[in-house]
Amino acid sequence: MKGARQVIESLIKENVDYMFGYPGGVLIPIFHELFDSPIKFILSRHEQGAIHAADGYARATGKPGICIATSGPGATNIITGLATAHMDSVPLVVITGQVSTEMIGNDAFQEADVTGITRPVTKHNYLVQDIHDLARIIKEAFYIATTGRPGPVLIDIPVNISNTDCEYNYEKPVDLRGYKPVYEGHPVQIKKAAKMISEAKKPVIYSGGGVILGNASKELTEFAKKTGIPVTTTLLGLGAFPETDELSLEMLGMHGTYYANHAVNESDLLIAIGARFDDRVTGKIAQFIPNARVIHIDIDPASVSKNVIVDIPIVGDCKLILQELINITEKPDITPWIDEIRQMKLTHPLYYDSESPNLKPQYVVERIYEITKGDAIIATEVGQNQMWAAQFYKFSKPRTFISSGGLGTMGFGLPAAIGAQLGVPGKRVINIAGDGSIQMNIQELIVAVQHRLPVIIAILNNGFLGMVRQWQQLFYDKRYSQTCIKCAPDFVKLAEAYGAVGIRVEDKAGVDDAIKQALAITDRPIVIDFVVEKEENVYPFVPAGGTVKDTILRELA
Amino acid sequence: MEQYVLSVKVENRTGVLARVVGLFSARGYNIDSLSVSKTEDIDVSIITIVVHGDDRVIEQVKKQLNKLIDVIKVYDHTEIPSAQREIAIVKIQLTPAKRVEVFQIAQTFGAEIIDISQKALSLEVVGHPSKVENFIEIIRNYGIKELIRSGRISFARDRA
Ligand SMILES: Cc1ncc(C[n+]2csc(CCOP(=O)(O)OP(=O)(O)O)c2C)c(N)n1
Repeated sequence: MKGARQVIESLIKENVDYMFGYPGGVLIPIFHELFDSPIKFILSRHEQGAIHAADGYARATGKPGICIATSGPGATNIITGLATAHMDSVPLVVITGQVSTEMIGNDAFQEADVTGITRPVTKHNYLVQDIHDLARIIKEAFYIATTGRPGPVLIDIPVNISNTDCEYNYEKPVDLRGYKPVYEGHPVQIKKAAKMISEAKKPVIYSGGGVILGNASKELTEFAKKTGIPVTTTLLGLGAFPETDELSLEMLGMHGTYYANHAVNESDLLIAIGARFDDRVTGKIAQFIPNARVIHIDIDPASVSKNVIVDIPIVGDCKLILQELINITEKPDITPWIDEIRQMKLTHPLYYDSESPNLKPQYVVERIYEITKGDAIIATEVGQNQMWAAQFYKFSKPRTFISSGGLGTMGFGLPAAIGAQLGVPGKRVINIAGDGSIQMNIQELIVAVQHRLPVIIAILNNGFLGMVRQWQQLFYDKRYSQTCIKCAPDFVKLAEAYGAVGIRVEDKAGVDDAIKQALAITDRPIVIDFVVEKEENVYPFVPAGGTVKDTILRELA
Repeated sequence: MEQYVLSVKVENRTGVLARVVGLFSARGYNIDSLSVSKTEDIDVSIITIVVHGDDRVIEQVKKQLNKLIDVIKVYDHTEIPSAQREIAIVKIQLTPAKRVEVFQIAQTFGAEIIDISQKALSLEVVGHPSKVENFIEIIRNYGIKELIRSGRISFARDRA
């Protein structure tokens, strides 16, 4: 069987339904085979759009996202997408075309050293040099991408390999002696953890993206309920535990709730699950959790004791480990602690000036939450829009918040929303965007139009690269160097030009109608241009390298 | 910063070395010495890395090395009993007057003469890095024209 055919056969065997990508010269043999295959191909308008869409699909469905790009510029266009997925541990299998094996290294037309360029931003990558390795490599790629700590795996396929025949065998089991993820947690460690938890006076669960990746939300919720321990999540952990639950402290970190950061800071035991103590969470590391012991449950041994010294590390699958803990942990006696937290929630709630007559971005997010009853999938861009979405939409289910956390990639949200909508056709997908970010991959709007996807793009249009402007305002004397972007396209006309629906909202009164109008449309994307308060800031704000004591709670008068 | 000796067992494949050293360069670490070669199993190579670094960073690098798919196992030879070896070849100016002296030094270190001419002498010394270091320091007095050193290899001794 020809290499190109083997690629498609293997994808079918892996139950791939959607594939995202863009063709090119060295890929023609593979696209030739795709032509009449059952795989649905989503043609992006820029390879970056394709890989973010595959990423959004993967985050929303839990299945690996599949992306294909041509050699040279096609491949270099997906680097940001690889890095985005790598940082957030998203399973992707990415195929790139390469020049013919005998040309490699000669600066051939559209040649780039793709395995070299992508090495630091992939979990693993391959250059196929022999047709006899192709099927094995594809099988390994799926295995590596989806097991252990997931991540993107890239396969670089030279065009002559695609055109060469050999016997095809996809049945051989994967055998990698250097890769044996550990799933079972060490029983002694689990016992020690259970004891430490039952003796804690001020415990907090700090839950990260790993709980969602590990499909352990149910177990997390059960564990928290059984022990009565409050839960805070990271940005990527949103949805793993219902934010509407009284045990929820919502998000922690730089723009987390004051009560989450306060509770973590005061805690005597931090139970980290599938989280990696990122600097946006810890702030000044030396002063983070001064009184706490730490239990860290993570599938990745390299995450443990990386940034924070851990008392009880438990390496393994958080779902299995939580099941064990649910069975053996006794409920700690923490009534005073719960009272203290309840008090803190009352005295330091998430705040914005909801009385203001102006159109506040937070208000828009709140209304989206209320009107969708919290049942939508929210994809965000990066910046203030991302933080307001995280703060004011209350997430209750895993895989409903889709955002570039680790890399913070502007331009991620729209294509990711498209991928999510394809993967989860039964839910409404809303891209909460900034007027800056949305322009980074706006060309993907046509993909939503083409496939009649009712993605809603809610632009919180503040005329600024708002998050950077906020830092300039607070720390750089309001010198708004290159962050004012009021020279912008008319987003309503732009939507219409693409064949989408465009709606503009300039005051509070119009918000509900616009959201309802958008939700009523089911056959094309809708862009809502919310012209919001220009210099609104995100609070609370723990400045970079600060501690909870440095929190800025609201605008200083 | 302390010196670490890591012995990394890897799949003998293209790209593996780049992955391994990439983890050091990405952290701004300069590798002091490196050697790579096949083992008793033709599919397996051992990479021996000598590097100076901060304790926590090296711990992290070791974990990251273990995460690489093509890395079979990482051994830290920094503090375990191991036989460590390097080779150095030095070419020195040879004035007849110094000849006997140099030969004596060579003999003491078990260095082998690998080339000799009217004006120059090339010596090869093999052994523990400190021995090689000592030899070079002493021979330096005679005017080194050329010096080349191998990467270190390290072999863990069986423990009783
Ligand atoms: C690709 C990329 N370039 C630059 C940045 C740096 N950055 C972070 S937030 C931000 C501003 C985003 O502006 P906008 O999309 O309008 O959102 P807002 O903060 O106003 O909601 C910038 C430039 C980034 N995160 N990603």
